Amino acid sequence: MKVTVTVNGTEVAAELPDRTLLVHFLRDVAGLTAANVGCDTSSCGACTVLLDGRSVKSCTLLAAQADGRAVVTLEGLADGQGDLHPVQQAFREEHGLQCGFCTPGMVMAAVSLLTENPDPTEAEVRTALEGNLCRCTGYHNIVRAVLAAAGERRTR
Amino acid sequence: MSILGTRVVRTEDPLLLTVGGTYVDDVRVPELTGAARVTFVRSPVAHARITGIDVAAALEAPGVVAVLTVADIDDLPPPPPPPEGEPPPGSEAAPLPMGGHWAEPLLAVDRVRFVGEPVAMVLTDDTYQGEDVAELVSVDYEPLRAVIDLDDAIRGDTLLFPAAGTNVAVTAGAPADGSGFDGCDVVVARTIVNQRLAPVSMEGRAAAASWADGKLTVWVSTQNAQLGRFILAGVLGLDPAAIRVVAPDVGGGFGAKIGLDRDALLVAWAARHTGRAVRWAETRSENLVGMTHGRAQRQHITIGGTRDGRILAYRNEVIQDTGAYPRMSGFLPFLTGLMASGPYDIGHVETANRVVVTNTTPISAYRGAGRPEATAAVERAVDLFAAEIGMDPAEVRRINLVPPDKFPYSSGGGAVYDTGEYVKALDQVLAAASYADLRAEQARRRERGDTLQLGLGLASYVEITAADAAGGETARLVVHDDGTATVYTGSSAHGQGHHTAWAMLVQGELGIPMDKITVLHGDTDLIPLGTGTYASRSLQLGGTAVHLAAVDVKEQARAVAADLLEASEPDLELDTERGVWQVRGDPASSRTWAEVAAHAGTDGLAADVNFTEGQPTFPFGTHLAVVEVDTETGKVQLVRHVTVDDAGTVLNPLLAEGQRHGGIAQGAAQALLEEMVYDADGNPVTGTLVDYAIITAAELPSFELLSSETPAKSNPLGAKGIGEAGTIGATPAVQNAVVDAVSHLGIRHIDMPTTPARVWAAITEATATSATEEGQ
Amino acid sequence: MIPAPFTYRRAWSVEEAVELVAGDGEDAKFLAGGHSLLPLMKLRLAVPQLLVDIGRLAELSYIRDEGDQIAVGAATTHGELAASSVLAEQLPLLAHVAGQIGDPQVRHCGTIGGSLAHADPAADLPAVVLALDATLVARGPAGPREIAAADFFRGLLDTALEPGELLTEIRIAKPGAPGWAFQKFTKRAIDWAIVGVAVQGDQVALVNMDQTPVRAVAVEAALADGASAQQAAAHAAEGTSPAEDLTASRAYREHLARVLVRRALVDAHGRT
Repeated sequence: MKVTVTVNGTEVAAELPDRTLLVHFLRDVAGLTAANVGCDTSSCGACTVLLDGRSVKSCTLLAAQADGRAVVTLEGLADGQGDLHPVQQAFREEHGLQCGFCTPGMVMAAVSLLTENPDPTEAEVRTALEGNLCRCTGYHNIVRAVLAAAGERRTR
Repeated sequence: MSILGTRVVRTEDPLLLTVGGTYVDDVRVPELTGAARVTFVRSPVAHARITGIDVAAALEAPGVVAVLTVADIDDLPPPPPPPEGEPPPGSEAAPLPMGGHWAEPLLAVDRVRFVGEPVAMVLTDDTYQGEDVAELVSVDYEPLRAVIDLDDAIRGDTLLFPAAGTNVAVTAGAPADGSGFDGCDVVVARTIVNQRLAPVSMEGRAAAASWADGKLTVWVSTQNAQLGRFILAGVLGLDPAAIRVVAPDVGGGFGAKIGLDRDALLVAWAARHTGRAVRWAETRSENLVGMTHGRAQRQHITIGGTRDGRILAYRNEVIQDTGAYPRMSGFLPFLTGLMASGPYDIGHVETANRVVVTNTTPISAYRGAGRPEATAAVERAVDLFAAEIGMDPAEVRRINLVPPDKFPYSSGGGAVYDTGEYVKALDQVLAAASYADLRAEQARRRERGDTLQLGLGLASYVEITAADAAGGETARLVVHDDGTATVYTGSSAHGQGHHTAWAMLVQGELGIPMDKITVLHGDTDLIPLGTGTYASRSLQLGGTAVHLAAVDVKEQARAVAADLLEASEPDLELDTERGVWQVRGDPASSRTWAEVAAHAGTDGLAADVNFTEGQPTFPFGTHLAVVEVDTETGKVQLVRHVTVDDAGTVLNPLLAEGQRHGGIAQGAAQALLEEMVYDADGNPVTGTLVDYAIITAAELPSFELLSSETPAKSNPLGAKGIGEAGTIGATPAVQNAVVDAVSHLGIRHIDMPTTPARVWAAITEATATSATEEGQ
Repeated sequence: MIPAPFTYRRAWSVEEAVELVAGDGEDAKFLAGGHSLLPLMKLRLAVPQLLVDIGRLAELSYIRDEGDQIAVGAATTHGELAASSVLAEQLPLLAHVAGQIGDPQVRHCGTIGGSLAHADPAADLPAVVLALDATLVARGPAGPREIAAADFFRGLLDTALEPGELLTEIRIAKPGAPGWAFQKFTKRAIDWAIVGVAVQGDQVALVNMDQTPVRAVAVEAALADGASAQQAAAHAAEGTSPAEDLTASRAYREHLARVLVRRALVDAHGRT
């Protein structure tokens, strides 16, 4: 079937097998490889993107379910003027990533969290990230990064 | 002020945070355009004879490019024959596959020995067709009895390798005779388990390959491209010059991506065999059975000493489950034995081990590789000993830790520890955690009979890093005629931040700013010689190589600058703040690196170093874990984790802390949650991330890391390795804390993972026992 | 990782959805959030030939205060339930439980109808609707019908829905007794409940103590007889048949049920 998704503000359309997962649409059709496939049971969150502004696991959605809707991936987060999104900036400053494989999903999950809860406590951050697995960082600096980004948003 | 020792954010991050890393499955290069997708057909049974493979239906499927079985592997040199005579002494402890009777094939030949073993490969035009076609390959299995239990394996009623005549692949050390414990007032013995784990790097295994114009190019998620090339050359019968191996961004390795395994070798072979570029990225379900597992030791520990706390004797006898193929010979339990006595001054130490094959996924290195097992065992032993004599575990440690005046210290396990301040590390942690206050709180809760009890767990550890220091590490540094520099490193970071660290070293030595320094790794065309990243070796060996290359370049530059400035070399100085050469005290005379390098010639200045003079080093520390245990349900919550992890001089505290955090999380995860479980028929029960319980942010607190730097003496950076230390210290600290939380009920030990069910079972048994005793 | 091939159709009305599925029967599935179905399909444990996407049906996504009862559209997401001020005020048990399902990404997609129709005994919402004595409204080729929650869950992953029937609405009478509580016991926060307990007033339902959610009938009877939380909770495992699996033995589940019921009853009492 034909699927048209607005990805990072640009319309991407393709004729696809019905069973195409959104994550593969993004990686192979839209050519945006930041979202990663880390598991096959919707457990790891490495594929997390925003669908109509809310975090979703793109491996657990058909591309068809996103037809006519808007997706934002890591690649679409910076403002295009060279400025990083506060969450991206905070992850860098706080060393919230090591191998980087979980990072695109982790950042998008954090962006979604701060949209819904702009001033989370540490406990709320940890709970909100329970669907995003990281094997490298022990989450310590990821949590610091999200709290720092929240603080940065608060002071803007 | 020098940049060395300061918190520098990573140069790797801008790309990773904006467009994401380029992992094998993200690589988009012309050579891989139109590559076929490889999907493996894997054994669904643990132990069976293969009596037939029918690929007819698969060959008819849409999108099929090829269906390959062992019958198609007709273009490889035969494997080397088993060596004649006795193997050289110590060879069984080398981290190499045992070969010979125990040889592991590429595709299964006539037998499968673990669920997940590759049996066939299908190549399809499209990724999505892969699983469809793989399902059509029909393999006939004649099941054999699966050997899962260690005692069953040792008994040998069913042999995995009949020609070997046994399932015991390696035996080392002497049987116990008990005499070493004769002088002890108190002897405690116990059999404990260091359970099988899955590394679960977030990126699974992946490889892509292209064969063109007589050259094989392989992109692979590996910790060592150069080792990969060496292995490929041998297996495929190719000249190494005809092979290029590229490690792109790698999404974690933890020891399980050292070199190349059989699946990746098959991908490379398929490219040459079919002439078509191929790519492969395993699913997580495949990863959980196809990537090597870690740990899997059963340990019989015996500890003896005096009633006033002095440990006199210790024995750790290990049965190492090595899975279906002994890929690491006796190396892992050898390391366990080497580090058996930990940071304690124990007069009599005995170690022994047997390596046993079972119908499970092969075992290999996993963060710590044999040393977490050693520490977990001795730390449990110390706590068991402390409980037996009724002394606080912190006190027992203090009494027995090797004092600072005994270094270098020859341990009973056979390692010589270089430098250490073990008691200081212990005291630092106890002070920071307010240990006495925690004990008081624990006492209050016990007296009140609170549901939520507090547990305190300690682990003091020492570990060996750069155990293979003699293998060295390489660096090439080029300062170009435009003032930029390029570092070619033999190390192979997969999250450790080497690009940042090596650039810091160059800036520190030469004053070239980091943003003008490019660091390259992982491409055998650019860096033919290198060892790679594992064993926590890269900073002390690879970083030193970079440092020495910078020193070499500096001395070459001095001569060139002298010529340029028409001054004598002793009159020159390098101002590393400004990154310029000048006549001493005369800033106006300064020349930039660009000018000096250009003056040397269009190739600039270059130095090559292969640093092989390093020595194994011994980082150490103490971890304190604080847990709350809900005694009604058995649920454990880790509420605090305080550590000293002393790995010598710290180059970048941000990076060092990150390594410690990650290690602590993996260590705590082993203590609390993770276990790879097989049923009696060898079917993995924890086959997905729903059941294999990776720890999440919600289960962990923020960690409290303390600073301690006791420099190494064997390299100019004063560095030891930090990569595995956190894991080594955290696991026993958390396990000890859980046991401590319920020790007032008479519980002395709970095996890992201390799941709620296990803790509850221990509480139930202890309460029943005491009820029975009270009733008497 | 990749589902077996299937045909995808998008429905623009409930009628159309029912019609599309009517032809294929067993081989067709409705797709709402897909967060129960797609994971099974990716492991090829479910291989429907036809998926009918009802995720865009605004007519199935609502939370309405209808005076004596609350009506929830079946395609309302867990996230919407959790954020609903109507539910926070009128049915806090439902809002609270929805807010604990999975992780935020799951809650943005998964729907109450999907969860109920899937009927995993380890899922939370089935026990909640059972505790609340909800009425489930379904629409099939034969037209609409109402099914009491007590009659809805038949067995493991098995409900009273006929092939081709679509859940459209969940109706819950506003509870008389305000006390509510939910206890969910897991190893990790993200895990399915090893055992869970949903309480509304004196109605107690158990998660994962049988092949379906079950009311803790013996507990309710004890409470009716004037038993304390402690006393009533002692009956928690009576009449249940919990599984023995990797995570927990039968005895452990029974023990947990008693502990959690007691804690839930105390919590609920604290909210009266």
